[in-house]
Amino acid sequence: MKIAVCIKRVADMETRFKIAPDGTSVDATGLKFDMGDFDGYAVEVALQLNEKEGKGEITAISLGPSVVQETLRKAMSMGVDRAVQLEAPAVPFDGMAIAHALAAELATGGYDLILFGRMAVDSANQSVGPMTAELLGLPCVTAASKLEIANGRGTARRELEGGAEILEFPLPAVVTIDEGIARPRYPSLKGIMAAKKKPLEVKPAQLGEARLTVQRMELPPERTGGRIIGEGTAAVPELVRLLQTEAKVL
Amino acid sequence: MANVLAFAERRGGELRKVALEAVTAARQLADATGGGEVHALLIGAPGIASKAATLGRYGADVVIVVEHPGLELYSPEVVAATAAERIRAGGYRLGVFSASARGKDLAPRVAAKLGVSMASDATAIEANGDALIVRHPAYTGKVITTLALSGSPAIVTLRPGAVLATESARAGRVETAAPAMDPAAARVKPKELIQGNTAKMDLGEAPVIVSGGRGLKAPENFKLVEDLAAAFGNAAVGATRAVTDEGWRPHSDQIGQTGRLVSPDLYVACGISGAIQHLAGMRTSKTIVAINKDKDAPIFKIADYGIVGDVLEVLPVLTEAVRKAKGG
Ligand SMILES: Cc1cc2nc3c(=O)[nH]c(=O)nc-3n(C[C@H](O)[C@H](O)[C@H](O)COP(=O)(O)OP(=O)(O)OC[C@H]3O[C@@H](n4cnc5c(N)ncnc54)[C@H](O)[C@@H]3O)c2cc1C
Ligand SMILES: Nc1ncnc2c1ncn2[C@@H]1O[C@H](COP(=O)(O)O)[C@@H](O)[C@H]1O
Repeated sequence: MKIAVCIKRVADMETRFKIAPDGTSVDATGLKFDMGDFDGYAVEVALQLNEKEGKGEITAISLGPSVVQETLRKAMSMGVDRAVQLEAPAVPFDGMAIAHALAAELATGGYDLILFGRMAVDSANQSVGPMTAELLGLPCVTAASKLEIANGRGTARRELEGGAEILEFPLPAVVTIDEGIARPRYPSLKGIMAAKKKPLEVKPAQLGEARLTVQRMELPPERTGGRIIGEGTAAVPELVRLLQTEAKVL
Repeated sequence: MANVLAFAERRGGELRKVALEAVTAARQLADATGGGEVHALLIGAPGIASKAATLGRYGADVVIVVEHPGLELYSPEVVAATAAERIRAGGYRLGVFSASARGKDLAPRVAAKLGVSMASDATAIEANGDALIVRHPAYTGKVITTLALSGSPAIVTLRPGAVLATESARAGRVETAAPAMDPAAARVKPKELIQGNTAKMDLGEAPVIVSGGRGLKAPENFKLVEDLAAAFGNAAVGATRAVTDEGWRPHSDQIGQTGRLVSPDLYVACGISGAIQHLAGMRTSKTIVAINKDKDAPIFKIADYGIVGDVLEVLPVLTEAVRKAKGG
């Protein structure tokens, strides 16, 4: 199969963020970056699908400044065959603006399957995948926690609040990947060496108009928690009293 | 403000609580900006029209009912095409969807069909001249963004629980419409809806959540968590990823960055360390209780009330005390 995987370079979330002096972005100093968690699952799904078939080609696409090339190389070190950087000075917050650029690139690729993460963990828009699918006019299933492809058709499972659903669809199609589907592999040394020689094309991003813009970013107010009321079962009466009289939830 | 369309999410023949939240949010926004009408869009199998009155009670002036035998299960293409067509034809300023599993699937499709941008998972929406100002938690809840959304119509998904569903009775006049496409012609075909245990409260709807982590030590000890939930009577059971990965609880019970985002009135964390990915899903709970044997566990930093102790000992005693407090 010809598979495309769209990956975003995002900050590692295991950190305490600082807001940059402009007040509308996160201070990037000292942050570590990698492909988003869900994008990693999407890459792994693509690799496993093609390993099962024993043939095919996987392309990773990332939109952003030149630093995204590092993320694309990482995908290639995992086994992706080639990469495309859609060059833009910065990644807009507006998912629709991003979807325009990705759709413009994907339209002519002849892909059987186009994979996205369910969400980019920084913007948390959860919209770029289905928007791109609409712009391409392709069938789309979002947040797949299971995916099977056979004879030009796909079957996916999606988790719902207190349930799940099964959907079927024809290829070519767009699928966004939830967690629980596959654990991304670590690149092998051989993979890392091979990735250096794989093709990475750079093209200008044809971004759509940004109509969703960041006015302000701030850190959430600290919870004033940290009150330990006692130890063991002896603390239970005091807890019940506080839940009744102070929190008024009982 | 001009009229607002609220998407009324249902499962089977029942409205979900998030449907009432979407109508409430639309009502509040319309009222705050000069009193436009709120139209609710209700799509389902024949019989769903019986739910229109409820939507009127929560503030819908008009309920647009789309019934079709092929729409028992959620058909993404049909629902998206129908919602986009209604929004276009009705000249709405804004379409409010829920940031539920369904809404997150639907709203971006609708926005793209309309060629407009959208804001996701809003915790607050207000109008400011031609733009909408939306609060949106990003970076796993560690950064709160304030976004400006321009263009009309605007599409917004509302975080479940962000708005308290409130009655504000309006006419709820029913208008019927046909789906924008034949469900049989959809390429993506819904095959099956797998219902979780419906006797239990949904995590997104329960005022109280009792949640268990690896500190419970074994799947059978979740009985203690279930017992406490039962003692509250209005509680659902949640879990950490450590627990769902072990298969002690289904994946649908997972709370956190990659699970459910919840903000109940009371969250009781039992044997949970408080990893950031877990906190991302529950830190907006109104009151947080933590029971953990490690006094340095990070969960205590965000807990309103902490008990240092063995959950296996504390839970039965707490359950008994809650049962008494509840008068049972
Ligand atoms: C990309 C990514 C996404 C993730 N998404 C999520 C998510 O959505 N949700 C989520 O929950 N996690 C998520 N995680 C996992 C997260 O990092 C933690 O590993 C997980 O939350 C830990 O679960 P836990 O608290 O049950 O277990 P542990 O961290 O092992 O904590 C167990 C706690 O129980 C206490 N304990 C042990 N015995 C007892 C006892 N007898 N009595 C009282 N206390 C006891 C211990 O002191 C400890 O604090 C994610 C991780 C990654 C990398
Ligand atoms: N700048 C980008 N470059 C490539 N893919 C992206 C980019 N932004 C978002 N995506 C893809 O869209 C998914 C959802 O992103 P979002 O809608 O922002 O949550 C991500 O998991 C990626 O697969």
